[in-house]
Amino acid sequence: MRPVLYKNARLLDPTSGLDERGAVLTQGQRILDSGPKLFIDTTTADVDVVDCGGRCLAPGLVDMRVQVREPGEEHMETLTSVQQAAAAGGVTTIATLPNTNPIIDDASLLEFVERRAIEVGLINLHPYAAATKGLRGEQMTEMGLLAESGAVGFTDGEKAIVDSLVMRRALSYSSRLGKPIIQHPEDPALAREGCANEGEIATRLGLSGIPSCAEVMMIERDLRLVRLTGGRYHAAHVSTAEAIQAIAKAKSDGLNVTCDTAPHYFALDEQAILDYRTFARVSPPLRSDADRRAVIKGLADGTIDAIASDHAPQDQDSKRVPFAQAMPGVTGLESLLQISLELAHRKEMPFLDVISRLTHRPAEILGLDYGRIAKGSWADMVIFDLDIGTRIDASKWHTKSKNSAFDGRPVQGRVWRTIHKGQMVFNADAESREDMFGARFAAATAASLEAHAL
Amino acid sequence: MTMIDPQDRSSGTEAPPRYPHRHLLGIEGLTRSDIDNLLDRSDGYVEQNRRADKKNASLRGRTLINLFFENSTRTRTSFELAGKRLGGDVINMSVGTSSIKKGESLIDTAMTLNAMHPDALVVRHGESGAVQLLAQKVNCAVVNGGDGSHEHPTQALLDALTIRRRLGRLEGLEVAICGDVTHSRVARSNIHLLSIMGARVRVVAPPTLLPSGIERMGVEVHHDMRTGLKGCDIVMMLRLQTERMRGSFVPSVREYFRYFGLDEIKLRLAKPDALIMHPGPMNRGVEIDSVVADDIDRSLIREQVEMGVAVRMAVLEALVENQTEPWAKNDPYAAGAA
Repeated sequence: MRPVLYKNARLLDPTSGLDERGAVLTQGQRILDSGPKLFIDTTTADVDVVDCGGRCLAPGLVDMRVQVREPGEEHMETLTSVQQAAAAGGVTTIATLPNTNPIIDDASLLEFVERRAIEVGLINLHPYAAATKGLRGEQMTEMGLLAESGAVGFTDGEKAIVDSLVMRRALSYSSRLGKPIIQHPEDPALAREGCANEGEIATRLGLSGIPSCAEVMMIERDLRLVRLTGGRYHAAHVSTAEAIQAIAKAKSDGLNVTCDTAPHYFALDEQAILDYRTFARVSPPLRSDADRRAVIKGLADGTIDAIASDHAPQDQDSKRVPFAQAMPGVTGLESLLQISLELAHRKEMPFLDVISRLTHRPAEILGLDYGRIAKGSWADMVIFDLDIGTRIDASKWHTKSKNSAFDGRPVQGRVWRTIHKGQMVFNADAESREDMFGARFAAATAASLEAHAL
Repeated sequence: MTMIDPQDRSSGTEAPPRYPHRHLLGIEGLTRSDIDNLLDRSDGYVEQNRRADKKNASLRGRTLINLFFENSTRTRTSFELAGKRLGGDVINMSVGTSSIKKGESLIDTAMTLNAMHPDALVVRHGESGAVQLLAQKVNCAVVNGGDGSHEHPTQALLDALTIRRRLGRLEGLEVAICGDVTHSRVARSNIHLLSIMGARVRVVAPPTLLPSGIERMGVEVHHDMRTGLKGCDIVMMLRLQTERMRGSFVPSVREYFRYFGLDEIKLRLAKPDALIMHPGPMNRGVEIDSVVADDIDRSLIREQVEMGVAVRMAVLEALVENQTEPWAKNDPYAAGAA
């Protein structure tokens, strides 16, 4: 394979703090060289050249919280469509939740997902395994075997691990594996019948509320157990000021604790559910404006380590229903970068820090070697226009489920190319939707059609 | 009370102005003049309903569908009578006989009914926001007959009409709404309506039956009937909605009645001539004592039911007269429509 030179780019490397004009040279799956001073005489050297035209070139995004519906509910999302959506969003690595049907609580199932993911091959896919069998919150899964098969962490997905003893043992047992326990931090009794943030808006709409303390209560209990066990703990999609405060305190006490949030928790607040917009129903619910601002502050000061899309495909039957009956969740792989860039555009945090929360930090939490633009690292990259103005149009998305909370939102920034292990896997300028994902994917799709032809 | 002849709308200066909305989904968002408009129309129908011949023709040729996903006797009957007295064709559909049980979604039902070209749909549903959702999918006028714990606008209108006819005004009155506010759509609609019309509203209930942030809706909050009823003109009792409760909100009915049930002793704290209202159906001995409920001098409960028919006639008339040719626009089946 010929080396490829990506020249005339604004290089962004969050690990070294690099933000300068320069070029990247890839060979095969790796970056051969990069930097502001990299110069190759393209008239003599045997390289392909991609002129980035001054666009930003960053490590491919690492989205540590994605729900796939394969196996089981392929009409909402497949392992193919989720990878297309990721590639189109500049995401080159996803970590997937185990809440499929069947539930990924066994090494053979985990390996099925990994094998299917590699067959598609657009991006890196690393599954989480269930923390408890059947997500029932009772009995631990075979964490050792699952880790050996490639599980990057253990989680009960959208369900909290409620039983304190089960949580204690999960944290304790997994500590020797170095894999995080990822908690959906919400007291289930307080949240049981609720579908919106408790307060004036829920009251006016006649919806039952979930108090914001439901989040911090679960996190504070878990942090006690982390102290007790020395386990590795990660709180998913934190959304309240108090929870962020509790995590900041635990970090300053030296606990091995991390957390993430999702774009809707810093770009939207509970007002988005007015008119019973079920597409703004998420779990945990959208909170107050004060909580939203606390999330931004937590991201800026580093208490919140990562931004994850919390991609949750839902079909029409799950969303076009009365609010309280609607399934929670939004699809977000294709708006992850655009919404996150708002933080930089509004100068709420430094640009490189935004990139770090989307790339290097989540990779680090999962113990994965992604998220750098440096000699020898994986050639996983996203090249994007930083300033181009556009509007989110979910109908043009590649995910099978268009349940975006941001549809129609004006945004600044757009993915131009996505490179996965040296191969172009997304090209925004392609002539047709079929050609967007590169030659290898087109050939694989054709072959699979052939194989299934009657 | 000026008498309006509902049969004569074309000429005459007393014809009320047009009601400016396509649907009646809630009281929130209406203006004072919208409400006055509907109440003025209702006054005319009260008189009509007391005559031997109770019919007119303002809904002649029009179809009204009552679509009830929740059990209801009085509201459905009230709407049915209202439709028939206006000369319309009325169909009742309740959940027991509909295909909802076969798994058809709310939106599919809406689309199906819409294709039958009704002129008005009255919808009651157990989930907040369901009626609004359905209204987005149909071409006809939609009246919210009660959705979850959200709104029940015709109940608030009939309550207002009852008060206005008895006391001549709404402005400046002190109204105490007592009981299960958390689960009550009647309470929310009444809070909106009474506040818009310049009455002062207090809510009186144990803290578990008051939703969070209710004070932001402009009401005074009381947890004790003794302070809550003090000096009020109207006592509106709410039904304890045990069917909507998940888990225990009050320890027992007996304890609830002791502290929050309306009896003669507690009523003494209100103004001497204070009036009592209840949206029904009443649980005697739970939120209201029989003696109080049946006191013909002070209880407006039977009058509320009577006003209900008049208000619903006014609402249907106001909505339907807005759509002279409802199928001319927004017809999804017409050529060229999206």
